[in-house]
This record gives sequence, C-alpha cells and structure tokens, in this order.
Amino acid sequence: MEKDQYKGWLYLLPAALFLAVFLVYPLVDVFVYSTEEGYNFASQTSFGTGLYNFSYVLHDPYFLQAVKNTFIMVVITVPLSTGIALLISVGLCSIEPLRKLFQTVYFLPYVTNTLAVGLVFMVLFKKTAYSDGLVNLLINAFGGESVDFIDGPHAAKMFVMCLYIIWVVMPFKILLLTSAISSVNPNYYNAARVDGTSPFRIFYKITLPMISPTLFYLIITGFIGAFKEYSNAVALFGTDLNAAGMNTIVGYVYDMLYGDSGGYPSYASAAAIILFTIVLTITYLNLTISKKHTYY
Amino acid sequence: MENTLEKNHKASAAVRKIITYTGLAVWALMVLFPFYWMILTSVKSYGEYNSEYVPKFYAASPTMQNYLDAFSTVPLGRYLLNTLVFTVITTAIMLVVVTLAAYGFARLSFPGKDLVFTCFLALMMIPNELVVITNFVTITNFHLRNSFTGLILPSVTSVFYIYLLKESFSQVPDALYYAAKVDGTSDLRYLWKVMIPICRPTLITVGILKVIECWNSYIWPRLITDEQAYFLVSNGIQEIRENGFGRENIPAMMAAVVVISVPLLVLFLCFREKIMAGVSRGGTKG
Repeated sequence: MEKDQYKGWLYLLPAALFLAVFLVYPLVDVFVYSTEEGYNFASQTSFGTGLYNFSYVLHDPYFLQAVKNTFIMVVITVPLSTGIALLISVGLCSIEPLRKLFQTVYFLPYVTNTLAVGLVFMVLFKKTAYSDGLVNLLINAFGGESVDFIDGPHAAKMFVMCLYIIWVVMPFKILLLTSAISSVNPNYYNAARVDGTSPFRIFYKITLPMISPTLFYLIITGFIGAFKEYSNAVALFGTDLNAAGMNTIVGYVYDMLYGDSGGYPSYASAAAIILFTIVLTITYLNLTISKKHTYY
Repeated sequence: MENTLEKNHKASAAVRKIITYTGLAVWALMVLFPFYWMILTSVKSYGEYNSEYVPKFYAASPTMQNYLDAFSTVPLGRYLLNTLVFTVITTAIMLVVVTLAAYGFARLSFPGKDLVFTCFLALMMIPNELVVITNFVTITNFHLRNSFTGLILPSVTSVFYIYLLKESFSQVPDALYYAAKVDGTSDLRYLWKVMIPICRPTLITVGILKVIECWNSYIWPRLITDEQAYFLVSNGIQEIRENGFGRENIPAMMAAVVVISVPLLVLFLCFREKIMAGVSRGGTKG
C-alpha cells in the first residue's frame, strides 16, 4: 500500500515539474521583477525596490498609445464580432440545405496561420507604387479617394486592424453560438408557433434567453482575447508596431522584453501586471452583469 | 381570407429565406476571398502582377515559378521542417505528460489528490503573458535560446488538457480497473491497454488542438529564436515580409503564404468533425 501511494505522485511528477518551473515560479517572479527598479537585463543590475517601474510605464507615451489602441480594438471588435456571429448563427440554424458547407467555410480562419493570412489583408489594403490595391480601387469605383490603409492615417489602420481581428475571431463564436442555438429544445418553438408568435418575438423571448450563458461566455472570453491582441497587429503592420503607432499592450510588453527596444524585463513585468489588472476588472464587471441577465 | 393569409405567410417566409441565404453567402465570400486572392496572386508572375494597376481576378498565364522562388530564395523548406519537428515533438511529449497526470487524477488514489487537483485547476487562470517574461529569462539563462529544447520545454504541459482527459478517463467504469487488478495487471499496463484505447477520441482531439496551436505559435518562438535556422513558419513569414524576396515580390510572398496555410487546411478537411467538436469543447482564440 505504501508503495502505491508514491506511485500516484509519480504519475503527476512530470506535469507538476513543468508547471512549477514554467508557470508557478514565473508568476511569483513577475511580481518580483516589477518592483526591481530599472532592472537591466544586460548588466543584471537594478537601483532599488519600489513602484518606479509602474510609474515609468504609466508615463511612457508608447504605453499610453498602446492602451488607447487596445481599448479602441476591444470596444469595436467585441460587440461587432459577437453581434455578427449571432446573426450568422441564427441564419445558419434556420436553413437546412448548404448548412454544413457554410459551417465548414466559416470555420476556415480558425485553422489558418494568422501571421500568414494577415499578409493577404495587407496586400488587399496596401497602396504601392504599382497599384493602389484592390480595396482602394473599389473605393475609387464608388467615387472615393484612395487611402493608405497600412502606412496611412491612424483611423484607416485601425479599420483594417479591427476588420482582420473580426475575421479571425468569428469562427469560434459562430461555432459555439450555432451549437447553442441548435440545442434549444424544439418544444418551445413549436409552442410559440401554435400561438402564432412572430419570428422576431420568438428570437427575443426564446432563443436569446436560452443561449444567454453561451453569449456571455463569448463576450467574456472575447474581452479577454481582445485585450491580449498582438500577433494580428504584427501580421498587418510588421514587428515595429511603435513606429506604426499600432502597438497594443501585449506588444508593449514584448517590445520591452526583447528586440531593439528590449532588455527591460522589469518594465515589461509592470506593464503586464497593469494589463491584467485591467482584464481582471473588466472580467469582474462582465461576470456581475451576466449574473443579472443570464436566464439560468 | 384564409387563403391570402397563408399566401402572405408563404411569401414572407420566402423573402426571409432569400435574405438569410444572401447574408450567409456574403460572409462566406468574406471568408473565402483572402484565400482566393492568395492563391490567385501566387500563380501570377512577378511582371504580370506589377503591370496590373487594376488587378485581374484571373491569372492570364499561371506560373509555378513563385513556389520555386519561395523555396529557393528564402529557406521556406527549413521553416516548414522546423515547424514540423517542433509540432510533432511538442505534441508527443505533451500527450505523454498530460495522459500520465490525468490518469493519476482519475484512477489512482493517494493522499492529497483532491487538493492537488484543485491547485492544478487554479493554475488554468494564469495568463501566458504574465509568465512569458520570466520564462524568457529562464531559457536565456540556461543558454537554450535558438534551440529546439528552448522552444519546446515551456509548452509541453497544459492544465486544461489534463482536465479534459481526466474527465474522459473518469467515465471508464471502475469495475474494469478492479478486474484488471485481480488479474494482476499493473497500473501502467492498464493505462496503456484499456484506458488509452477507450479514450482515444479525446486523446486525438487534444492532439489535434495542440498541433493547430503549435503550427500557429508566434510569440514564444519569436522571443526565443533569432537565428533563421530555428525559425518556425510564423517567424519565417515575418522575416520574408521584412527582408525576404527584395523589391516587394508580392507573388512569391503569397506563394509562401499558401505553402504555410495548406498543411493545416488539409488537416482540417480530413478531421473536420473532430476538430470542430474539439474546439467547441476546448478551444480558445476568440
């Protein structure tokens, strides 16, 4: 029996070891780093302990720009992508022929390398010496002026950015919403039909309340995901996001850690902790609101 | 009266159908268009592409030259091979680690098990962005940058997959375990001969999800590698974009994009049901 007890732990050992070294220790360490003032990775020196790192980060114009960008992305992409996904899922569940085909097509962005497909978006929107790009030609056709969406004004870049983010996050939302909608008990619909309820009312009074847990789950994960946006921005605008004015908070963390502006893990840690304070607050608010409005 | 009502109803149903299909088709087009455009551009020659001020929706003289360029001018083959090695090894090690842990939690009993399991679950809440900073420093201090070991080590465990597998293992009836015990089967042998075959669907799902994650991973590989010899496809394509084919050879770049995208698309079309079911159970990215 004694031997058996050890054996149970033995099975957990590899996982526990990896988790301790690469998850638990770093979590503690990040707080230590964040209080070591001005820690320089190259010289391994810091000049004291305190909250200077946080104040440095909060006064860094690049960080403020990153925060602004991230908030714009969150505010635009989360409601839009969730709303469109809901519309599409309701549409999908109301048809029979071609449904499988549509579902398969809609899922494709999930299995693509977002760094690679981002380049296609860049090509479609970029203004070059040879051509204004397909999207600009479309705008011209409707009588508009060409805009450089990749190296041009901030609003134009933000537009492509949000469009691409929505394109990337849609598959997951559509998948979850369609399975939620199709698992609603058909008896409710039949009862409503007997009563002659209008389709809009059916959606508002039956479908929406029944899928509200999934919807809130998607909104919460959507917020978290959007706050951690980074690689989609790299896909469109390259690795020097500060120069493009399109950096995100996570991007700022990595830039502080590595690359031409890197070598400052303590600033990176402070920025990461600020990010997660924001995310935790938003998630807490979301959970509070969803408790009030979820049907179950 | 009755008749017109029914007619009206039928007409409005038809209109609704048309609107629904149009809306669905528009989004399908939005999804497919970038794929169409990358394939189209990749078969246009450099001269043809740059001479079209208004890009054509077909290639006048399709060429495979861009694909040859993609493999010869930049080390795309190297990137693909690296990614394949990284993906296979990471997924394999992860499956072993995760299976052992899940089995420990599901079948074996030892003191403190529940407490440890709760702690494991709590670890799920730790965001990657917080721990990556120290992991970067750890790997650098171990001199493991620009090595497969450094790339692979931090991503071989996943609490979430342990949880998924544990749930699956727990559904296997206890009676089988006791029967095997009476027969003198060892725990490890029982895991291998009974549990794994029964829970194969979950294992495959976990494996596929991990493969997708590995193939698309960008941030960690970028932090940990700066020698091209160790670049994965995501970093490779970034490198190609920034100083790849020179003079903005968009068609060759698109050929590289196609080559990078194809493996996962093929995997998806082969395991469509499995992947979609798996993602709805355990996917993120949204």
